[in-house]
Amino acid sequence: MNIRVNGKNYSIEVSGSTSLLVALREHLGLTGSKYGCGEGVCGACTVLIGGVPARSCITPVGSAQNKEIMTIEGLEQNGKLHRVQEVLLEADPFQCAYCASGMVMSAVALLERNSSPSKEEIKDAMHGNVCRCCTYPDIVEAIAKAANA
Amino acid sequence: MKKSEDILYPEQYELYESIQKPVTRRNFFRLVGGGVGVALTVSDVLASTLTSDLKNRESENFDDSTIAAWIHINEAGRIVVYTGKVEVGQNIRTSLTQIVAEELRVSVNDIDMIMGDTSLVPYDRGTFGSLTTPNMSPILRKAAASLREVLVELAASQWKVSASSLRAEGGKVMQASSRKSVTYQQLAQGKKILKPINDKAALTPPEKWKIAGQSVQKINGRDFITGKHQYTCDMVLPGMMYGKILRAPAYGASLVSADTQKAKAITGVTVVQDGDFIGVVSNDSQSAERALWEIRAEWKTTPQPSREVIFNYLKERASSARTESSKGDVDKVFAASKEVLMQTFHVNYIAHAPLEPRAAVAQWEGDKLTVWIGTQRPFGVQEELERHFRMSKENVRVIMPDTGSGYGGKHTGETAIEAARLSKAVGKPVKVVWTREEEFKWAYFRPAGVIDAKSVVDATGNVTAWEFHNYNSGAAGIQIPYEIENQKIQFHPVDSPLRQGSYRALAATANVFARECQMNDMAVSLNIDPVAFRIKHLKDDRLIKVLETTANTFGWTKPKQKGRGYGIACGFEKGGYTALAVEVEVAASGAVNVLRIVSAFECGKIINPRHLRSQVIGCILQGLGGALFEMVDFKDGKMINPSFANYRVPRFSDIPPIEIILIDRPDIRSTGAGEAPIVGIAPAIRNAIYDASGKKLNNLPLLANRGRI
Ligand code: FES
Ligand code: FES
Repeated sequence: MNIRVNGKNYSIEVSGSTSLLVALREHLGLTGSKYGCGEGVCGACTVLIGGVPARSCITPVGSAQNKEIMTIEGLEQNGKLHRVQEVLLEADPFQCAYCASGMVMSAVALLERNSSPSKEEIKDAMHGNVCRCCTYPDIVEAIAKAANA
Repeated sequence: MKKSEDILYPEQYELYESIQKPVTRRNFFRLVGGGVGVALTVSDVLASTLTSDLKNRESENFDDSTIAAWIHINEAGRIVVYTGKVEVGQNIRTSLTQIVAEELRVSVNDIDMIMGDTSLVPYDRGTFGSLTTPNMSPILRKAAASLREVLVELAASQWKVSASSLRAEGGKVMQASSRKSVTYQQLAQGKKILKPINDKAALTPPEKWKIAGQSVQKINGRDFITGKHQYTCDMVLPGMMYGKILRAPAYGASLVSADTQKAKAITGVTVVQDGDFIGVVSNDSQSAERALWEIRAEWKTTPQPSREVIFNYLKERASSARTESSKGDVDKVFAASKEVLMQTFHVNYIAHAPLEPRAAVAQWEGDKLTVWIGTQRPFGVQEELERHFRMSKENVRVIMPDTGSGYGGKHTGETAIEAARLSKAVGKPVKVVWTREEEFKWAYFRPAGVIDAKSVVDATGNVTAWEFHNYNSGAAGIQIPYEIENQKIQFHPVDSPLRQGSYRALAATANVFARECQMNDMAVSLNIDPVAFRIKHLKDDRLIKVLETTANTFGWTKPKQKGRGYGIACGFEKGGYTALAVEVEVAASGAVNVLRIVSAFECGKIINPRHLRSQVIGCILQGLGGALFEMVDFKDGKMINPSFANYRVPRFSDIPPIEIILIDRPDIRSTGAGEAPIVGIAPAIRNAIYDASGKKLNNLPLLANRGRI
């Protein structure tokens, strides 16, 4: 199986039906994407496939071949954080931060689609991301700030 | 002196077995190398829970086994703090670092905090009960101040000047008059000095704080938003294999037989069987999963209750009563009263569902075992392993990487034992990560409970009698803050059919719910304002203050629109004072919309305002889930909603506007905030729904009926 992740080509020995999350975490050692539910409803495993947010836990790796996959590890460019990361670092909303990677990826995707979302639009777009520590209000504020940055 | 056992509540069942024998400390400097250190003993920590003065100890001889934490400056100049407390998202790594940095006059970046590694840190019973800030924080503060004084004295004797002419700042000791200075690192070099904490060490008063009291960012924050932080579930050791465990189909089932032939036939798979325990190990998690799938097992089930009958079940099985408060004669008042308010409240089992499920990595080297695990009690897990493998504690090392939350739900070490069993069998390191379904089904729950409340209020608005019985859910928060002359308060333990244990604020989530509803209803029945009614029965100024602040900020006396209601509740838990008001709208369809939340919180001096605010909000919103819709559904010993698709947790779209008022009290020692703020939300919403619709909802979750009242 050949996949392209964060601008690099990889060849891994897995069946096409393997979930992209397992492929990333176990076979490529990219553990920034997290397992939270395995059924596409918590957002902890969110990655971008061709710029579109996808739940990697329910995405067969076979279906992501020949596409640009972007994970949390690929956001930082030459030591510079993505502005969503910068704003979240500054706003410091997280507690255990297990949800953070998924939140960042969903927010990046949202801002790609809509560079100035309202708070309601942010909440709608992020609805699929669970933060069990319930730090939601500060995350919304931070994303709104990133949008205006 | 209050023993630490006394502060435990019966619903913390998982803590009961714990044996409290600390591991004997190895020689301090053998462990950390040279340098200068200050150690604090268990009695310092226990004494800190009381306000009494610490005994001044002359002796510098330590009984190793009583050391509770220490701070050390190593020869490289790093300041290293060793504590058995752990980080599960409360951000105590940050707040404890701030306190130490403040007293040592260094930046937070100069400090490494070693937390929850049983081979390195002193024994600690666990991170729960909001005890880190009230207990560990002041003691580390004093230790850091002591260490600062030791360093100043070292410089003084080196320069042969008086210590009072010197001061510490920016990692140096200096003398202003001579402009001499020496770094902490230089002072630590070539030394092996360990001092006891100096009880008289001068502490920096909060009004002079520069680092403590500030919103310092989460330590290692960058690692978390870049995905670099390694949670236990992310760890990989050389040669590590993946393990999975076969689960019973229902609670209370036992294994009759299992056919593992097909599983064993899969390349690279090893099946490990030991009594009812069947696990599989493989080089990759997928084939381990497949192997598990191929096992054909027959189980013998036992009759188990279902959710529909659980409340009767619990009440019928309550055998004993533990009296928590008994004053005056309630029966006499009830007999003489025309109107007695009697209500029954039900709370369902709910799940912690930490976003990182339980995980552990185990590695054997000869007869030595090392386990990495996300747990709130690394030493508790060490004891579990000691018991399970009948081995000496000295040979078990438990390491706790900062973990994906707990909320009281990770006090136990199931995955540690599972991974260690499998690892032992295959002779390689093994990682076990529970699936979401396993985490729901096989962790433990916040207890379900039945509460019977009975009270009388006289015509002048005085509550004259209060009787309160809690069945199964627990005794935390069962005491009332209100002044009531006649009281009978009892807790009735029950052998719960579902595995249960600690939860944020323990049973206070249930007891405060029932109490605050009961108080509300008495006020309403007499047409008295519920805020004034509460204040009339309160003596505690701090509670009154949060209640008044909340009511004023909320606009409690302002008129409301039709179909809307206001509700309020207050409480005191684990040193924190909270009051919370909500406005709700109840549609004709019965749909409930929480429009806004206002809450004032006070827990003494604030150490990190941003993180405190975050804890308070997180607590309230997690409580919103338990108030409105979180519920473990089960039938015949099977949980039937073990997934985030079916067990609803709060999400972005559930969150109403929320306003938090943090009251800073520099004159009062700081306490924790991870629990108290959760107690007000459920009763406040229930009281608001009653106000809006006239309907009393006395069961949690309030909207179990498909989101409607
Ligand atoms: S793990 Fe993929 S959505 Fe939850
Ligand atoms: S910060 Fe813990 S899950 Fe979001």
